[in-house]
Amino acid sequence: MAKQHVMTTINDNAVEFLCDMHQTMLDVLRDELHMMGTKEGCGTGDCGACTINVNGRMACSCLMLGAEAQGKTITTVEGIAQSDKLHTLQRKFIEHAALQCGICTPGMLVAAKTLLDKNKNPTEEEVRYWLAGNLCRCTGYNAIVTAVLDAAKEMRGA
Amino acid sequence: MSAVVSEKKLKVVGTSPDRPEGVPKVTGQAQYGADWTLPGMLWGKILRSPHAHARIRKIDTSKALKLPGVKAVVTGADFPEQKFEYVGAARVALNFWHITRNVMAKEKALFEGHPVAAVAAASPLIAAEALKLIEVDYEVLPHVIDVEEAMKDNAPLLFEDMIPRGYTPEATKPSNISKRVDFKIGDVDAAFAQADEVIEAHFKTAPVHQGYLETHACLVRTDADGQAECWSSSQGHFAVRNLTAKITGTKVADLRCHAAEIGGGFGGKTVVYVEPVALMLSKKSGHPVKIQMNREEVFKATGPTSGASMTIKIGVMRDGKIVAAEGIFKYQAGAFPGSPVMNGCMCSFAPYDIANVRTTGYDVVCNRPKTVAYRAPGSPISAFAAESALDMAAKKIGMDPIDFRLKNIAKPGTPTVFGTKLAFNGFAETLQALKAHPAYANPPKGKNQGRGVAAGYWFNGGGESSATVSVNEDGTAVVCTGSPDIGGSRATTAQMAAETLGIEYERVRPIIADTNSVGFTQTTGGSRVTFATGMTVINACNKVIEEMCKRAAKIWKIEPENVVWEDGSARPAGKRAGEFPPLSFREIASKRTATGGPITAAASINAEGQAPGFTAQFADVEVDPETGLVKILRYVAAQDVGRAIHPKYCEGQIHGGVVQGIGWALNEEYIYDKNGRMENAGFLDYRMPVASDLPMIEAVIVEVPNPNHPYGVKGVAEANIVPPMAAIANAVQNATGKRINELPLSPPRVLAALDS
Repeated sequence: MAKQHVMTTINDNAVEFLCDMHQTMLDVLRDELHMMGTKEGCGTGDCGACTINVNGRMACSCLMLGAEAQGKTITTVEGIAQSDKLHTLQRKFIEHAALQCGICTPGMLVAAKTLLDKNKNPTEEEVRYWLAGNLCRCTGYNAIVTAVLDAAKEMRGA
Repeated sequence: MSAVVSEKKLKVVGTSPDRPEGVPKVTGQAQYGADWTLPGMLWGKILRSPHAHARIRKIDTSKALKLPGVKAVVTGADFPEQKFEYVGAARVALNFWHITRNVMAKEKALFEGHPVAAVAAASPLIAAEALKLIEVDYEVLPHVIDVEEAMKDNAPLLFEDMIPRGYTPEATKPSNISKRVDFKIGDVDAAFAQADEVIEAHFKTAPVHQGYLETHACLVRTDADGQAECWSSSQGHFAVRNLTAKITGTKVADLRCHAAEIGGGFGGKTVVYVEPVALMLSKKSGHPVKIQMNREEVFKATGPTSGASMTIKIGVMRDGKIVAAEGIFKYQAGAFPGSPVMNGCMCSFAPYDIANVRTTGYDVVCNRPKTVAYRAPGSPISAFAAESALDMAAKKIGMDPIDFRLKNIAKPGTPTVFGTKLAFNGFAETLQALKAHPAYANPPKGKNQGRGVAAGYWFNGGGESSATVSVNEDGTAVVCTGSPDIGGSRATTAQMAAETLGIEYERVRPIIADTNSVGFTQTTGGSRVTFATGMTVINACNKVIEEMCKRAAKIWKIEPENVVWEDGSARPAGKRAGEFPPLSFREIASKRTATGGPITAAASINAEGQAPGFTAQFADVEVDPETGLVKILRYVAAQDVGRAIHPKYCEGQIHGGVVQGIGWALNEEYIYDKNGRMENAGFLDYRMPVASDLPMIEAVIVEVPNPNHPYGVKGVAEANIVPPMAAIANAVQNATGKRINELPLSPPRVLAALDS
């Protein structure tokens, strides 16, 4: 079968790629575009490790076809920092030890940034429910929730 | 007298700096097992048995090999035969006859998901197509899943010739019982006869998976002369090297293994699954081969820890003194022998001073994936039973559960059931710290609310580690170790190096070197790295200091014995004291060429003197009488870590271990259908805790330094997972009046108990 030609925007860059119709956006990111930051934890949309932002909304890239990226605006973990300057969330994740092994971190950061884009002052409960689709097996979530709340506070200038 | 460096002198140890590998991890640049690629790389996929138990009559791979894009196929016949023998210490003995069959089945498939063949092809899609073309002729056999069923005389046998070990007189009949172990001190029967109260209860736990988010993955390349290179996610790339070399018949020196960044292990990445298969496929095809498991494969074919069936008996006097204890522990090993039942037998009553104890363990094979270490392997299972029974005993005589444990707590000199005497303080201090937590005085009083207490013991580990410290001309240092970093060990080893050398943490760059670039180092496990690898890093740093002093002597033209190292500088001392201003680390480093060349030191150790980990925890819960859902309202965990090198990471270890324990207690289990096929091999149905399930876990770090480590380290990573199952079951009992002795305490089970 002929490959699909897709034109999309990833991390503010215009990107063109060819993909098989069956390929997921996760496959495309990793195997075609060599953007290895987005991780596969389950391939069934249950763990959130492959979370990306598509047109302002969180999506599990393992549940999205590469062909669906046509015309969309996508942000992955590689697009969160501004050139050599880490995003506040990234700094706070390191500072609060919100990562141990770090495999959930890319998805966790994209999810947390999507939350803070919408809600500048979330409660602990809102953070916990927003991140409920992102599994972490190392931290027990304490430090992740703390880092997101602290990042929100700093970003509000509070 | 303690040789531990006084807390007052510490500058870096005891602080919580940022992790050295933090930036690559938050920007997506860190390279995990599946993130490595090479030009010309093929994709490997593994064909797995759909049957729980089947004889493999024949495998026909000819059609698969003809599919365009398929470059190699391997089956069990491609792997060299291994000798049937158990090697190494009893607690962790290996048998390569078993190990090679776990990697690739030969005569029989012993569990659903057991690898039977593998292909390497130009794309993942072609590899998946090729698997469908492999024809396996199975003779399906009766299977057995439950441990009690597997022990019965008429159970289907996984190995028709397996005679149980550990019986006197020797067993003669084949069985699924691989081994019986027993430990005893005192006169248990007489002590039970004298006890005021005797508690006896039966317990069951379900197998649970380590649940690391990163699936197993590797990339292997081989050269025509037999040399090979492997990038894989593991807790020990030296273990990957040695196991893979043995399984594939490769010379150890010819296999260079790199430690990819590891996306969680918790014990489950201490063995090999994909590496030997990728190596064989690479050898056959002449291409690099990448294999990445999917989540279903991880659940069905990699190690959970054992489910178990257990009986506990405790004899107690009315004043609270425990006079006798007995435990019978039957652990599922999975498809091959080697459950952690011996650990369960040794740890179950280890926190307590009980004069008469008997523990008996059975290692039982059944048609499930082979169990692998999971955080304090074996101890949480037996502790669920023992600490639940202790709670029943405390209730029976009307004592506070912490006071009851304090009355019986082991102290230095207390004999253990496994023969040695406890040599360290810290157990009583930890219980006291838990009792002193402000919330302990205010147990939850709401409807359907309750509190449970439990404690836990873990050996902690020492063992073999190596390090190389190299000094650079700008006064920085590179610390190479052979320990994959799964919990922050790059940070802690860099801290200990900085502290020892007397330089800033930021001037130390910790690196995990490949197997051909640093001395042998055992796996990251057993809470051993900060202790053992830390110690060898400190030793290497001390050698560097010795050399730096010699260089200073040379610069000053004085005798080396008249130079001392203080606060990161060489100073003239003795009869030369005060003759020259001190020379800093950086100054000496910058003069290395003129003073004798590179300043580098290597050190290796087989570390001894590790101290056991001890933890005490309480859980406050609320049980929903309508749904049976158990909500954790509050969780407090105190743990003796020796000394916290990096307090924030110690807390992180405690938070993580406790939450894994909460999942084990409340939801996680392997569910099988009547054909022995796993029904919940995905994160939707195998329910691990998510952020909205939990409150903030409160960690209390207790520091009773280990006198055998320069900075007092005991280890922190494992003991924390031991108590949660019992603490939560005890809390549910207090909340509802119903004691549930079988895990998990999932809503249907709790509801059934409430209705009973």
